[in-house]
Amino acid sequence: MAKNDLITGSIWDEYSNQVIRRMDNPVYQGEITEEQAKEMGGKLIVADFGAESCGDAVRLYWCVEEGTDKILDSRFKSFGCGTAIASSDAMAELCIGKSVDEAVKITNIDVEKALRDHPDVPAVPPQKMHCSVMAYDVIKKAAATYKGVDMESFEEEFIVCECARVSLATLQEVIKINDLKTVEEITDYTKAGAFCKSCIKPGGHEEKEMYLVDILENTRKEMDHDRMKTAADASASGESSFDKMTIVQRIKLIDSILDSDIRPMLMMDGGNMEIIDIKENIPHYDIYIRYLGACSGCASGDTGTLYAIESVLKQRVDENIRVLPI
Amino acid sequence: MEVYLDNNATTKVDPEVFKAMEPFFCHIYGNPNSLHKFGAGTHPKMVEALNYLYEGINAADEDDIIITANATESNNTVLKGIWIDKILNGNKNHIITSEVEHPAITATCRFLESQGVSVTYLSVNEEGTLDAQQVKDYIREDTALVSIMWANNETGKLFPIKEIGEICKEAGVPFHTDATQAIGKVPVDVQATNVTYLSLSAHKFHGPKGVGALYVKKGFELTPLLHGGEQMGGHRAGTVDVASMVGMGVAMKLATSKMALAYEDNHVRKLRDKLENAILEIPDTIVIGGKENRTPNTTLISIRGVEGESMLWDLNQKTIGASTGSACASEDLEANPVMNAFGSDSELAHTGVRFSLSRFNTEEEIDYAIEIIKNAVTRLRNISSSYAYTPKNHVSQL
Repeated sequence: MAKNDLITGSIWDEYSNQVIRRMDNPVYQGEITEEQAKEMGGKLIVADFGAESCGDAVRLYWCVEEGTDKILDSRFKSFGCGTAIASSDAMAELCIGKSVDEAVKITNIDVEKALRDHPDVPAVPPQKMHCSVMAYDVIKKAAATYKGVDMESFEEEFIVCECARVSLATLQEVIKINDLKTVEEITDYTKAGAFCKSCIKPGGHEEKEMYLVDILENTRKEMDHDRMKTAADASASGESSFDKMTIVQRIKLIDSILDSDIRPMLMMDGGNMEIIDIKENIPHYDIYIRYLGACSGCASGDTGTLYAIESVLKQRVDENIRVLPI
Repeated sequence: MEVYLDNNATTKVDPEVFKAMEPFFCHIYGNPNSLHKFGAGTHPKMVEALNYLYEGINAADEDDIIITANATESNNTVLKGIWIDKILNGNKNHIITSEVEHPAITATCRFLESQGVSVTYLSVNEEGTLDAQQVKDYIREDTALVSIMWANNETGKLFPIKEIGEICKEAGVPFHTDATQAIGKVPVDVQATNVTYLSLSAHKFHGPKGVGALYVKKGFELTPLLHGGEQMGGHRAGTVDVASMVGMGVAMKLATSKMALAYEDNHVRKLRDKLENAILEIPDTIVIGGKENRTPNTTLISIRGVEGESMLWDLNQKTIGASTGSACASEDLEANPVMNAFGSDSELAHTGVRFSLSRFNTEEEIDYAIEIIKNAVTRLRNISSSYAYTPKNHVSQL
């Protein structure tokens, strides 16, 4: 939440002039009949697609020249809101003159971009992106009908966010490379989840096969597993550096150095110490300790003894270590 | 011509209301809680406003009418007050409401559910209302409250408040009604209906926005929603917005007089019926929930093959304001629960357009609206992929 979220305007205020023009006067709305297709020398293809998210539906007509697979004409009918009509109109126009294979490559993002007045200003508000997704889906349906294949065969990768067309592979890669920890960060990096929001978590207006919250959780589990495996492998081969170690490995290492180099000296005076926590405070590693026995309350605990412990650990483990008594 | 047919969303402030409010901004501006004459000077008109509110809903003098910011606050005060008093600090744990209430009720009930409260959402029949017997069937030993709206905001359908009130009285369960859509449209009498709590909002009956009221029957006081000063007898803290309170009082007086309600029932109803019947002349249109038993100003019409938001767009181009519960028109892409409640025909949820009139609408405006609506239906059905290809099952209810 922020200032811009407190007073929301009419979604109509966010429609581009292109959207408004096509809503008011869709140029490519209409039908193509069998006779008209024959006259043009092409084959008539009719495809229907309905959006679960909002109940909109679109019917796409193509007249396809057999042999070249060129789309000679394209028309639509749409039951839907103004943006569904405008998106369908832009989609129908984009199809004309393309081959069926080229048309399948038209995405909802291409449709939305075709509706923009300025390259950098979205044509519709975020929650209206799903209207252009419906336009993309009906193209696949028409192409599948023409080629006699399943429309899913046109998808080369699994798309998680249809509005922003972000694939599962992209999401996993971005989470790993940038060490993302929240869905908001994923949205910032990829735009996934920025539009109709149904891909974020279950319970939205449209049921999805996969949700960002689950992808984030599973990817981070995978990252943790990979990190631990790397640390374990490095440890086994004796090539482990402190910054690559897991927290357990770090505690074990420090404890073992304390056992060999520090504790014997403390115990000679009836004292001891324990590690309470290790926190990364980049570039430092803060080791929180507690003195036990005679060391507890000893004046040297904050001066000489502390300096000795820190020096040993800096020398033996990592020079960025700081020791902090609690 | 501009035609405003969205009076269930809000209404324009009656000029007489505005006139009554004006002195309280720059002239009689004292804090009503102050001892000096600047503060005390506000009291006569506040008392007058309160009297208008009591008369408007026929509240007894020993009952409370608390001034709030809106009906949402009033609804929250009741639900959360009952939660604190009867559930957290009592032995009750159950609330009954309907599935077609305003979000101020349903969202608050969902919150209470998250706190462990058991809530029953009564489903509505094909007419968009319910039978009082349903309430009786669901009342339990641990029922703390029944909350059923007086009139529905989408359909205008009137609920059997008197019968529900009797059932609740007999069962010893407090009865709350959100009367936001009823005030000024039908007579509202708390004494004749055994109502324990009633919410209302001034901007729905030509008063200002940002002020409402909560009626509380004597002996059923609740823990306040807002703590602070001792305003409203300690029932609702916060300096009273005197101008708005005065405006609400005058608006109530103007909206609930016998003459005003008769005008609503005759003149406004006649205009609504004229509009409705003209739309029903278009094939494949129906009044959602039917024509019976509703407020005289409201009609919710399904125009098959025409999606609600696109219809509103075309109307807006010709400066006509209406409303839709269609999923496409909402921020979250969720169809209005009232539309979904009808259930049987999924297209209803996408094609319903609500026209709600007021005493300020004229016959000339309605004639203009009819012409524009017919043109819009022709254009949008021409584009529609669903209208030309679906069996036309609808029969106009003429």
